[in-house]
Amino acid sequence: MKGMAWKFDNNINTDLIIPARYLNVSDMSELAKHCMEDADPNFIHKIKAGDIVTAGYNFGCGSSREHAPSCMKAAGISCVIAKSFARIFYRNAINVGLPILESPEAVESINEGDTLEVILERGEIHNLTQKTIYTVSPFPPFLQSIINCGGLVPYIRKKVKEDG
Amino acid sequence: MGMTITEKILASHAGKKEVKPGEFIEAKVDVVLGNDITTPVAIESFEAMGAQEVFDKEKVVIVPDHFTPNKDISSAEHCAKVRKFVREKGIKHYYEVGRMGIEHVLLPEQGLVAPGDVIIGADSHTCTYGALGAFSTGIGSTDMAAGMATGRVWIKVPESIKFIYHGKRNPWVGGKDFILYTIGKVGVEGARYQSMEISGEAIDELSMDDRFTMSNMAIEAGGKNGIIAPDQTTLDYVKGRVKRNYTCHQSDSDARYTRVIDIDVSQIRPQIAFPHSPGNTHPVDEAGHVLLDQVVIGSCTNGRIEDMRITAQILKGKQVHPYLRLIILPGSQDVVKQMIQEGIMETFIESGAAVSTPTCGACMGGHMGVLAKGEKSLSTTNRNFVGRMGHPESEIYLSGPAVAAASAIAGRIVHPKEVF
Ligand code: SF4
Repeated sequence: MKGMAWKFDNNINTDLIIPARYLNVSDMSELAKHCMEDADPNFIHKIKAGDIVTAGYNFGCGSSREHAPSCMKAAGISCVIAKSFARIFYRNAINVGLPILESPEAVESINEGDTLEVILERGEIHNLTQKTIYTVSPFPPFLQSIINCGGLVPYIRKKVKEDG
Repeated sequence: MGMTITEKILASHAGKKEVKPGEFIEAKVDVVLGNDITTPVAIESFEAMGAQEVFDKEKVVIVPDHFTPNKDISSAEHCAKVRKFVREKGIKHYYEVGRMGIEHVLLPEQGLVAPGDVIIGADSHTCTYGALGAFSTGIGSTDMAAGMATGRVWIKVPESIKFIYHGKRNPWVGGKDFILYTIGKVGVEGARYQSMEISGEAIDELSMDDRFTMSNMAIEAGGKNGIIAPDQTTLDYVKGRVKRNYTCHQSDSDARYTRVIDIDVSQIRPQIAFPHSPGNTHPVDEAGHVLLDQVVIGSCTNGRIEDMRITAQILKGKQVHPYLRLIILPGSQDVVKQMIQEGIMETFIESGAAVSTPTCGACMGGHMGVLAKGEKSLSTTNRNFVGRMGHPESEIYLSGPAVAAASAIAGRIVHPKEVF
């Protein structure tokens, strides 16, 4: 995946990613129109499909709403690179198949507007603008097995089938 | 090497003698919870998983509390999906408007959660039930779907931080002040991915309502759970409510902690979290001159009967400031009933407060008290994020019920002693 980097701060919470006031619907393409609205009202008009969000520590803190990673995905964000993720966002992203990478070093060096290429299988972040490469440590095997299945829905689907 | 209470509960639900921090386990769940925001998404995942029935009709709890009584057509349609699912699957513990409450006030009150349980809820404040000595944590909708389908959840065993609260607390200081002070001290990611074990003589003296308030906000420090070992106060509370067997666990004396944090509660004055972070806390006497447009008392953090009693104690015989609206969101129908019996409702109405039916409402800017641009609200809720209660340029301050009630009278943030 390849895209332009958008930079956000530390502690970006789920109310900034998708405000609760919109959550009386759960159509993700509808919610995508408000993605990151309270952090940057113009975000959704500026981004292109495939773009990459980078952020500081504790990205996705706050509510348990899965609408946060799902609406980012629906908005066309291909991947999030943060210094760290809040735990519910982390598991939601894995469950819904939004690629996430934890790399304080990469985030520190990335400037907004840089072109990034992420090679997930190798855990590599290529900053094509700055001509640098960062490697992130692989996911633990258990999480990798969910990711390999394509998220928690297909993972459980397989189990339900096996048990049934 | 000994285990913490969290490790013991997780081990027992994973069929293991022992678990270690960092280990991935699949744990059996005792309760799976969802609300009207997260359940519609979970229903889609549940169906996509090819699941037919829920794993146990008694162990799934669904409470439509966020946009109910439905505020508009979208939220009505949303809830209709939930209501249809509940009927089709024969979910036993479903709470409709008129008999419901805010989920995290309702579940303990109805005896649906017990010490030693593993509870997952598609709401981040599911950590509230840690106050009963349960492992209880927030998860997303797809996790909720998987929990409903299989009765299991994947969990990474967290490291634990032990918080020990010593000393005697000051007047007008309660569980909310303890936890706001703690978040201010460790930061909003101070306990990220970790278990917060809350203990000490000052906690032994806290009522269950104050303990729920503390566990409720573990997530605001990034915690996975906020657990308090069961004692006599816990047992007295669950007696007559919980109708099934449960187990009380305690941490071993040689359990492993990544950190031990000592807090002297005699140093804690009533706390305020300034915009826009629950970690931006200061003692109320350092708040300065903050004029308020609205005060909200209630929510899953401070919507229990004791919160209402403290509020009534301060409001009695006084009037809400003429330029300010005081909105009270009781946590459950039982709380409302109790308020009527104790004359609290009358006190509120006579003082000029608006009392709502139980709902999350204003807490997340849904309805029943949304803020305009530039308005300031003091709230006993748990989050003061940008836009949380309405316009992105409004401001939210957090406090306990005593400071909130006093400030509603004064029209600005004050220490309760200024009006009481
Ligand atoms: S009262 Fe507020 S914090 Fe609690 S469950 Fe409702 S919206 Fe969430």
